[in-house]
Amino acid sequence: MVVTHNRVERADPGTLLNQQRGSAEGGTSHAVMEVLATVMDPEIPTLSVIDLGMITGVTMSDDGIHVRLLPTFVACPATSYIRNSITDTLANAGFHNVTVDMEDELSWSSDRVTERGRKLLEEFGLGAPIQIDGVLNLETIEHVNCPHCGSANTTLRSMFGSTLCRSIHYCEDCRQGFERFKPV
Amino acid sequence: MNDAIKDLLYRMADDELIIGHRNSEWTGLGPILEEDIAFSSIAQDQIGHALAIYTLLQQHFEAGTPDAIAFGRDEKDFHSSHFVELPIGDYAFSLMRHFLFDHAESLRYEMLTQSSFAPLAALAKKIKGELKYHVLHADLWVTKLGKGTEESHARMQTALNEAFPYALGMFEPSKFEDELQTNNIFEGEAALQAKWLDAIAPIIDKAGLVLPDVAPSSIIFGGRNGYHSVYLQPMVEEMSEVYRLDPAATW
Repeated sequence: MVVTHNRVERADPGTLLNQQRGSAEGGTSHAVMEVLATVMDPEIPTLSVIDLGMITGVTMSDDGIHVRLLPTFVACPATSYIRNSITDTLANAGFHNVTVDMEDELSWSSDRVTERGRKLLEEFGLGAPIQIDGVLNLETIEHVNCPHCGSANTTLRSMFGSTLCRSIHYCEDCRQGFERFKPV
Repeated sequence: MNDAIKDLLYRMADDELIIGHRNSEWTGLGPILEEDIAFSSIAQDQIGHALAIYTLLQQHFEAGTPDAIAFGRDEKDFHSSHFVELPIGDYAFSLMRHFLFDHAESLRYEMLTQSSFAPLAALAKKIKGELKYHVLHADLWVTKLGKGTEESHARMQTALNEAFPYALGMFEPSKFEDELQTNNIFEGEAALQAKWLDAIAPIIDKAGLVLPDVAPSSIIFGGRNGYHSVYLQPMVEEMSEVYRLDPAATW
């Protein structure tokens, strides 16, 4: 990720944007996506907005770059922070005139978290959400593997944890409590 | 038609704001840590949902910001039901209110996913999954305590008896019922109440509790038309105290 960041910064920002606006719009949005992969969730700082499936599109228009952002939980207090973080990080990488549009039409689901994102969650010490395909019930909420030892022998302690997106579980094998990124 | 949609949005948002504020009163005081966190998280969700609906009001109908809409109005202009205004009482009452309220709210949003008012349908789809956690949490505890000890059972039944006439007041029909239904915006309060009764009855039964008989004349109406309980005025003053010091301040 550091490499990505440097590559974008090394190019003259104005030239980069102008060249690609004229020739290959796809190239610019690809470069923007690479920078977005360095915009981290403030509550789980190893996961980026890309890993969380929060970016639904990057488009270019006459008035600049538009990034479409899909918030996770409706009441998530980190949304405005993430929004500012996107414009700041892109500006540091030389992308100015960035507008972040909130994605109102689509609904976010934990199924949007990428495979890489799920691995990173576990490395961070959080249980990963299982694929729910729209079916959310007590079973899908309870069922999670321990992020420490991998055991499936875990019990749900509380549906609400330290942030809106976490529940509290306990591993009966390694006897440790852990939090889990909620399926929704 | 705008007045009908506005009325619906105000009813929903004001209920969410007021009950969210009430539930937040458990922060630091919950009977066990997990329940303290649960009520605090539910409160956070509810105030977030209120904000999302006030934002819809701003985008489509009103001039003011969501803060101005939420905190700049007088008590009389709120559309909340008496049910959400009541003090938190003991944990049994707050839990029972959470159970009765969140089942209604969850079904309301479920119905609204089909609304012809597209922005509300989109929001309802976003919120639906979150409410599932509220409902499952409430079901779990109502069942656990209803079937727990003699004392926990008695306290849950008392809470249900107290809460039920107020809970039925959530479905106070508005003068726009026909208009909302004809235009496929919302199926209406009566349809919601019927679905709600179907949803809560099996859980109440499983918990070993009994739904009290409530005469129609005992249902507590009024809030949807601005006639509130004595508890709302002090709440509005408290909630809006900082806002009113300097409405133009930014944070």
